[in-house]
Amino acid sequence: MEWASQLCENRHIGAKMTDSKYFTTTKKGEIFELKAELNSDKKEKKKEAVKKVIASMTVGKDVSALFPDVVNCMQTDNLELKKLVYLYLMNYAKSQPDMAIMAVNTFVKDCEDPNPLIRALAVRTMGCIRVDKITEYLCEPLRKCLKDEDPYVRKTAAVCVAKLHDINAQLVEDQGFLDTLKDLISDSNPMVVANAVAALSEIAESHPNSNLLDLNPQSINKLLTALNECTEWGQIFILDCLANYTPRDDRESQSICERVTPRLSHANSAVVLSAVKVLMKFMEMLPKDLDYYGTLLKKLAPPLVTLLSAEPELQYVALRNINLIVQKRPEILKHEMKVFFVKYNDPIYVKLEKLDIMIRLASQANIAQVLAELKEYATEVDVDFVRKAVRAIGRCAIKVEQSAERCVSTLLDLIQTKVNYVVQEAIVVIKDIFRKYPNKYESVIATLCENLDSLDEPEARAAMIWIVGEYAERIDNADELLESFLEGFHDESTQVQLQLLTAIVKLFLKKPTETQELVQQVLSLATQDSDNPDLRDRGYIYWRLLSTDPVAAKEVVLAEKPLISEETDLIEPTLLEELTCHIGTLASVYHKPPSAFVEGSRGVQHKRLPVRAGSGESSESPEASQAVGAVPDTPPPAVIPSQGDLLGDLLNLDLAPPTSSGPPQVPSMPMGGMDLLGGGLDSLLGGDLGGSPAMGGGLASAPAPAAAAPSLAAPASGLDMLFDLGGGVGMPTGSFVVPKAIWLPAMKAKGLEISGTFARRGGVLQMEISLTNKAMSVMTDFAVQFNRNSFGLAPAGPLQVLTPLSPNQTTEVSLPLSTVGPVMKMEPLNNLQVAVKNNIDVFYFSCQYPISILFVEDGKMERQVFLATWKDIPNENESQFQIKDCHVNSDAATSRLQSCNIFTIAKRTVDNQDMLYQSIKLTNGIWILVELRVQTGSPGCMMSVKCRAPEVAQLVFQCYEMVLKTSSEA
Amino acid sequence: MIHSLFLVNGAGDIFLEKHWKSVVGRSVCDYFFEAQSKAGEDPENVPPVISTPHHYLINVYRHKIFFLAVIQTEVPPLFVIEFLHRVAETFQDYFGECSEATIKDNVVIVYELLEEMLDNGFPLATESNILKELIKPPTILRSMVNTITGSSNVGDTLPTGQLSTIPWRRAGVKYTNNEAYFDAIEEIDAIIDKSGSTVCAEIQGVIDACVKLTGMPDLTLSFMNPRLLDDVSFHPCVRFKRWESEKVLSFIPPDGNFRLMSYHVSAQNLVAIPIYVKQNISFFESGSSGRLDITLGPKQTMGKQVEGLTVTMNMPRVLLSVNLTATQGTHKFDPVTKILVWDVGKLNPQKLPNLKGSLSVQSGAPKPEENPTLNIQFKIQQLAISGLKVSRLDMYGEKYKPFKGVKYLTKAGRFQVRT
Repeated sequence: MEWASQLCENRHIGAKMTDSKYFTTTKKGEIFELKAELNSDKKEKKKEAVKKVIASMTVGKDVSALFPDVVNCMQTDNLELKKLVYLYLMNYAKSQPDMAIMAVNTFVKDCEDPNPLIRALAVRTMGCIRVDKITEYLCEPLRKCLKDEDPYVRKTAAVCVAKLHDINAQLVEDQGFLDTLKDLISDSNPMVVANAVAALSEIAESHPNSNLLDLNPQSINKLLTALNECTEWGQIFILDCLANYTPRDDRESQSICERVTPRLSHANSAVVLSAVKVLMKFMEMLPKDLDYYGTLLKKLAPPLVTLLSAEPELQYVALRNINLIVQKRPEILKHEMKVFFVKYNDPIYVKLEKLDIMIRLASQANIAQVLAELKEYATEVDVDFVRKAVRAIGRCAIKVEQSAERCVSTLLDLIQTKVNYVVQEAIVVIKDIFRKYPNKYESVIATLCENLDSLDEPEARAAMIWIVGEYAERIDNADELLESFLEGFHDESTQVQLQLLTAIVKLFLKKPTETQELVQQVLSLATQDSDNPDLRDRGYIYWRLLSTDPVAAKEVVLAEKPLISEETDLIEPTLLEELTCHIGTLASVYHKPPSAFVEGSRGVQHKRLPVRAGSGESSESPEASQAVGAVPDTPPPAVIPSQGDLLGDLLNLDLAPPTSSGPPQVPSMPMGGMDLLGGGLDSLLGGDLGGSPAMGGGLASAPAPAAAAPSLAAPASGLDMLFDLGGGVGMPTGSFVVPKAIWLPAMKAKGLEISGTFARRGGVLQMEISLTNKAMSVMTDFAVQFNRNSFGLAPAGPLQVLTPLSPNQTTEVSLPLSTVGPVMKMEPLNNLQVAVKNNIDVFYFSCQYPISILFVEDGKMERQVFLATWKDIPNENESQFQIKDCHVNSDAATSRLQSCNIFTIAKRTVDNQDMLYQSIKLTNGIWILVELRVQTGSPGCMMSVKCRAPEVAQLVFQCYEMVLKTSSEA
Repeated sequence: MIHSLFLVNGAGDIFLEKHWKSVVGRSVCDYFFEAQSKAGEDPENVPPVISTPHHYLINVYRHKIFFLAVIQTEVPPLFVIEFLHRVAETFQDYFGECSEATIKDNVVIVYELLEEMLDNGFPLATESNILKELIKPPTILRSMVNTITGSSNVGDTLPTGQLSTIPWRRAGVKYTNNEAYFDAIEEIDAIIDKSGSTVCAEIQGVIDACVKLTGMPDLTLSFMNPRLLDDVSFHPCVRFKRWESEKVLSFIPPDGNFRLMSYHVSAQNLVAIPIYVKQNISFFESGSSGRLDITLGPKQTMGKQVEGLTVTMNMPRVLLSVNLTATQGTHKFDPVTKILVWDVGKLNPQKLPNLKGSLSVQSGAPKPEENPTLNIQFKIQQLAISGLKVSRLDMYGEKYKPFKGVKYLTKAGRFQVRT
């Protein structure tokens, strides 16, 4: 009874009555003593004991054994004691569900209490007890509380709906709580409105397609009214909700902006940033010549600047967002360069962000100031920061052409400092400057060569070697320099080895007489003594080129290189647009779309900026208009920016025109007149020829050589629709094919427009492409290459194009794919980066393929094996999804899924619910197990996916959703 | 929304955890510890947002404690950071200081507070006025009385402010002495380059208020020169419309201390630089030594006294010791952290303070590349450097005559001189 005596002592002294005493008892029998205390008759002892229990709980001790004793203390009129018991209950109810039931009566009684504080407390706590049995009892009290006369109770109840939804979504829907919650948006009390919005937003996040937050001009008006009167947190919820609305016209957009602008002066930075998000989005709709547009631009700058005087962690989030804002609307902050100047005691993460923004804002007007700052930073202590500052000087040179000369001389100054890492960074960026301004600054090469010996980092060595190789004709002792590198060839990193190989070949082509020995040495080092496949391959290619056709070799190796531009580090426009809609969120901090990383956001809808009114301006914002037209379920194709490493990766691919050894040219069809029916005829042929694969194979242009199914590839064609309807009345439906989407818009590819889709026909993977020539000249010599990807997709044959493709002509090509190519995990998993070449240029784009094309035909698992595997895969790997609004019964689902190689192994019916157990096998041998629950008569089903590679679950879900929904609509 | 909160001390111990939804295991903090060890010795360098496979960790470092919030869904990070700041402020407000010891001493109140501040991750009551009605702050007297009488420190009526349109003020406030005091505090952030010219300078100003007035007073604060203020953030109590139209601050104040407004003046011509620094720090190419000579002098002080002058420098790593003499004040060099502090005191325009002497460097070490930056602290009483002046304070809605007062103070914020 030590702590009790200690307590008595404290009572006598009357001093230092603190809770730390609760931490001091660690003796044996503690639980036993507490039990006795909890059952004491004296109120005060009881309370002290509960406090002690809570204290133990907060430091992570297990006091769950006291559950019945603590719950017994719940029936009390002492509010503090009641609250403490509630705290305990929330923590432990889950581990003692049967005991938790004991508390239900008190809750129900408290929900009727005349004191609104107690009513609210009861309904709030009940929602936090995550026990199924309790939730059933919660419904009635919650319903009452949602309509309570006291707004405090109503606002608490609103949040409770979100809690309940998290535990049991179905229950919330069945009980009609969502509708009640929607009604609360029109509540007279602003705090209730804010909480209802918050609760609905949270629920909507797990229901991407539901129309929970049905925003219309009336509800918007209510939200705007509540915005002025609710708490700062409520304002954040409301602003975030407003940002999802798309105004009808520019006038409405302006009036919302006007009512949101005062929020920019709020003391809470989260309110400010949410307001910025709304304004940035709605501004998009305002005509640029409007006076108000300019006023708004001016108003946005001061609050953003103010965020930078806040605490460093706030600054960091603000800077990440400002980084987006200056890319989207550089005019807002163009005069505010100075606030981004780095203070020496800024935390490193703030310094690096500021630097990035300084470069984005750099222009001819302020470049002198920026350079002076960057030079200052290059002498700081922090190595990471110094390196980035040196790189920044190079980026300025590339961005602001007028400043290039000054930047180069600044870099030379820095090289003179002889600080090792500064020199190395400087050489790396000078290489980039050479690539941007060839034949301009080569006079500095001599200075660079002086520092050859101090380079010990691979990137700097590679850069230096590149420079020596590229300008071999101007460097007298280039052969000696390169030879010196060659001595330790095997100790170099791959990057340096590859660069050295190329540089020596360049040197040889420029000075063939004196370097023959050197080139032979490097070729043999690369091909015979190396076990790096990349190096070996490159070595062999050079070797053969040099031995068979030196002239061609010269053309290839010494070809003129494309200039690099400052755009390389900009965020790709469609992504930037999406991120602008997510200002202030985690997505904006990571510069990734939320779908790429937020867990639990099941199929987040991509947000888009609204389109500015007036058709005359549509040409000004092609991205926006194109985005609106895109099919919402398929992420729009992303044009890859020519980022350094990616470029290198793809450039290394050998893009040769189709060789004559390929299959014989197919007699070209009269494309002009048949165009309209082209797609339909193809599928017709495919269907008819199903029985004779040999013949189908001969017709290379038919997209479906062996498939017994019609295609959905050309949705406009009438014949297709016919077949599709046929599918509904008993004909076996073919594997699902997504409609073609535009992968590469013509304006990004010098007039070549590429749209396409993927299909699996008769066990053969195909990429079905439409190539449209929107340029003025004829296009020839098409070829295609894929970058490494998650499932090793690679073209199984050359790209067969009925060349030449004359202007305004479209041709359909189907490219068979294999899955034995090189593998590299992509993000997202089903991303595919493609390079297409024609006589004009090489173009890069990326697209995403439906995972269903990877489902193989022998994916049916034995029942026993299925059971064992299901158990064997750990539960963490299980993902659950809900497919809404698909009117399908289990038999139809089985047959439709079967056509996509999703095999139903067993079916069980429990309580009107059909459980389908299904297996899928991917081309790389990974098994996916699915449990699909179809409720008879209800328009939705649930699925659980288990797989050893849980990353694929989301993709499998998308596939199910698409197959089940599309066929039910047809 | 906010899922859980962990409080972590400097030694890396989790000393408090609170979960508003299901319990998240402590192991999630391992990702934080990893980031912490990567950030090196300075706790300020821990990145504020850390991603883990299933959660996001957002942390702030206050009072030598990491407040670490765990979130699982897409939540605005600023919202979380602002909330964490509010938690730290509330602790400070309740316990006088926010430290591991006081939090442990008051763990039950802390727990009750956290429960009251957030429900299911949504902020519930964060205004100190409301919280204090719900949970009374501990005082020695109250805990003594409570212990003897068995009464509780939890209010059992609904706080009045909770639902009114002025949630920041409670009803029924009574004082015998009615007073309203305002402090206009301006901080100068500046970077001065080697040659003494200003690279950038700005003023961060705040008006903090201490208002103890009976009833429901409605105050109006007007300025002589409100045009100065074009970038302002207000406490929610300020009526924005009146500011827009008349450039006066009209508000019903919260009870007690609060920040009425903060503002930002960046127009270069409005930012006066009160002092100048003449410095010369050099290291000799050969021999392991160097020289230091710093003189401070007044520049644009508007005729006021500059006080509390301190110069702090992070000297290069290779510096071993210093041999300096100051004409005024005391100086100290810490050979471990390499921080040189010169506490000057008042700036006397007749006799300029000077610090001079030699520096000795590790023998054999190369000449240091980086130049130490001078971080300067000072204060000027009774002056708002931007020239801001309050012209009058009027009160409506109540009959009594309050005591009123405005104090001005200018100090150096992040005032840095490069060498």
